[in-house]
Amino acid sequence: MSGYQDVIVAGFGGQGVMLIGTLLAYAAMEDGLNVTYMPVYGPEMRGGTANCTVVVSKDDIGSPIIHLPKSLIAMNRPSLDKFQPRVQDGGVVVVNSSLVDMALADTARVQAVGVPANEIADSLGNTKMANMVAIGAYAQLTGVVPLDVLKASLKKVISPNYAKMIPANEQAIQAGADAVRA
Amino acid sequence: MKNGKAAFTLPGVLADIPTHYCPGCQHGVAQRLVAECLDELALSEKAICIGSIGCSVFIYNYLKVDSVEAPHGRAPAVATGVKRARPEAAVFTYQGDGDLASIGMAETMHCANRGERVTIVFVNNTVYGMTGGQMAPTTMVGQRTTTCPGGRCADNEGEPIKMTEIIASLGGTAYAARVAVDSVKHVRAAKKAVRRAFEAPLNNLGLGFVEILATCPTNWKMTPVQANKRISEELIPYFPLGTYKNLMGEQAAEGTEVEG
Amino acid sequence: MSTPGERVLIKGNEAICRGAVDAGCQCFFGYPITPQNDIPEYMSKVMPNLGRVFVQAESEVAAANMLLGAAACGIRAMTSSSSPGISLKQEAISYMGGTELPAVIVNISRGGPGLGDIGPSQGDYYQAVKGGGHGDYRQFVLAPGTVQEAYDLIGKAFDLAFAYRNPVMLLGDAIIGQMMEPVTLGSNKETESNSPDLGWNLTGKGQRDPRLLKSLHLTDGALAGHNLRLRDKYASMEKDVLFENFLVDDAELIVVAFGSIGRIAKSTIRKMRASGKKVGLHRPITLFPFPSRELDKLAAAGKRFLTIEHNLGQMVDDVRLAVRKHADSDFYGQMPGNLPTPEDFEQPILAALGVNS
Repeated sequence: MSGYQDVIVAGFGGQGVMLIGTLLAYAAMEDGLNVTYMPVYGPEMRGGTANCTVVVSKDDIGSPIIHLPKSLIAMNRPSLDKFQPRVQDGGVVVVNSSLVDMALADTARVQAVGVPANEIADSLGNTKMANMVAIGAYAQLTGVVPLDVLKASLKKVISPNYAKMIPANEQAIQAGADAVRA
Repeated sequence: MKNGKAAFTLPGVLADIPTHYCPGCQHGVAQRLVAECLDELALSEKAICIGSIGCSVFIYNYLKVDSVEAPHGRAPAVATGVKRARPEAAVFTYQGDGDLASIGMAETMHCANRGERVTIVFVNNTVYGMTGGQMAPTTMVGQRTTTCPGGRCADNEGEPIKMTEIIASLGGTAYAARVAVDSVKHVRAAKKAVRRAFEAPLNNLGLGFVEILATCPTNWKMTPVQANKRISEELIPYFPLGTYKNLMGEQAAEGTEVEG
Repeated sequence: MSTPGERVLIKGNEAICRGAVDAGCQCFFGYPITPQNDIPEYMSKVMPNLGRVFVQAESEVAAANMLLGAAACGIRAMTSSSSPGISLKQEAISYMGGTELPAVIVNISRGGPGLGDIGPSQGDYYQAVKGGGHGDYRQFVLAPGTVQEAYDLIGKAFDLAFAYRNPVMLLGDAIIGQMMEPVTLGSNKETESNSPDLGWNLTGKGQRDPRLLKSLHLTDGALAGHNLRLRDKYASMEKDVLFENFLVDDAELIVVAFGSIGRIAKSTIRKMRASGKKVGLHRPITLFPFPSRELDKLAAAGKRFLTIEHNLGQMVDDVRLAVRKHADSDFYGQMPGNLPTPEDFEQPILAALGVNS
């Protein structure tokens, strides 16, 4: 399958992991790709992590549920503990190094990249945008969707009442991308 | 009929066919009252009748209006669907005591509580007629039926349910009355009540409900005359006749209006 | 109402709502149960604004009977629920089958038996395709595998309901209901079925003869005649069979799976194809009528079969019946309570291929 990418986005409830999963899904759609977004609920919702799975492909997509993902965004330690062992060899793992000790990253097996998402978001004025920093870094590392499409999709996931937050979120996405640019 | 006045004519909406009702059964009177009201209010062309399960089921053979058969107890839910789909229709159900007060209690109460603009005609003869005389929720304490052969026992089966009082207590009800058809006087009052039960929803005030106490000589194991007597001697004292709610601007003093 | 061609990213549950609204659904009768709550919630917002009907019924029993009433009027109407609630609707569905009423019922099924769980399951296959309620009747059953299909098939459900005057069930699960995918809107259209007089429906008789809609047939032979006519109607539904074949032409083994399991199996098949395994997929989209003729054709061509379901084995009975002249079907059942993934199906497929791993 060409242009195929899948990712589990995981973190504490309240870190906005579902929001950046949805943002990625919108961006993929806007970029003309097929995409599925699967929120995980039920037993897996308990135990400290909220997560969703996004699959992006030029072809039609089979499973929206991925046990062995090609990539992972881990916003906290329980997410890394739980999902890193399942990431395929050589897969991209974006780790929120503000909250997770990078020594836990399995750098021998996966391509783990630490992003101090909370600190970067803080420096932009709002810790809550750590999720946007992470998705910006992820998009930059994988090239799954262009950054400008990701930014342009913010208006789809941020309600019109909070439209004034969009420029700051665009900055956060850009800062995340800049943090991992080689 | 050259020199006389017709004492009896068939309401136009009533089919000129023999009914399946047993001798002395008062379903025939009840359905005739419904037919007369449909005629007088000129509703037959826009009426939709919801049949129920029990002896009442064949109402749709006797009334020449559009009809649909509902599962047991569900007529008020079906009526809700019909009325919401066709707000211009005059929608009514015709139900017995087992159907309305037992298996259909939830549907009946919620239909009334929502104030559906429909009419419920409730024929209470204190017994399951069609299935062979089993105990109904309105069976009197001490009354023998095929499933309370020793007589209904309040300790075991509870007391007979007074539906009109319950329905009158609900916010969506615009009109609720209990009537009997055991005497000319009561039939006249009953006719008035049935008519009001149709007028209330047509005036967009809420649900119209009328309970008609009726005989079932076959399952009461009585002659028609004995059965008719039981209405006044045994049933009316427990199920008092009267208007229990009326939002149509008339005095709703209990026991006065429709009995009077 | 959607703008034709508009592309949106929405959940399956929302796609069902938007598909129904675009298809001219006039009345929705609901009751809360997970995982279909998005449907009554969406409809409660949208229907009144369009001058249409939304009622939260007092129970699933009442909701299904409200549907019966609206369907008797010849109005496009629907209800939705999830497995335990669908059990409660079976009474009315049987009556609507017997009375030949056009109604749409959505089941976003969950794990069972009993209260089960709120996750995905295909445990309601038998109930959906074998009648479900009492008596000898069938309903059309449509099983979407994508969110786009959920939108498209709910529109088709209304068309089929009126074409055959029969209940139609859309059978999804918690995966189809909860996942988001891009959907192109606007292809569902309201047809003439919301016109006042269809020749059979209740409108108030006006100047014509009264109409009676019922399922009771007491006179000698009447029920037999009615049921034989229903049999012929059910048989005639075969012309509307829908299915997807994927890489079946050169396949040695064909996986038969429906709904979400069909699409998950597709991922497994793609992966195994990459390592040279000749596996294909047959995904029934209509579960009743079942694509038996197509499966028989595949069996006659020498294919072998593995049925995969999210239950203890239900559709496999229909697959075996369909292929019985030439073949049989193996079965793999993923249990509800576990989210199925493509990896789960690899060993069963290898085993059915006769490959030891």
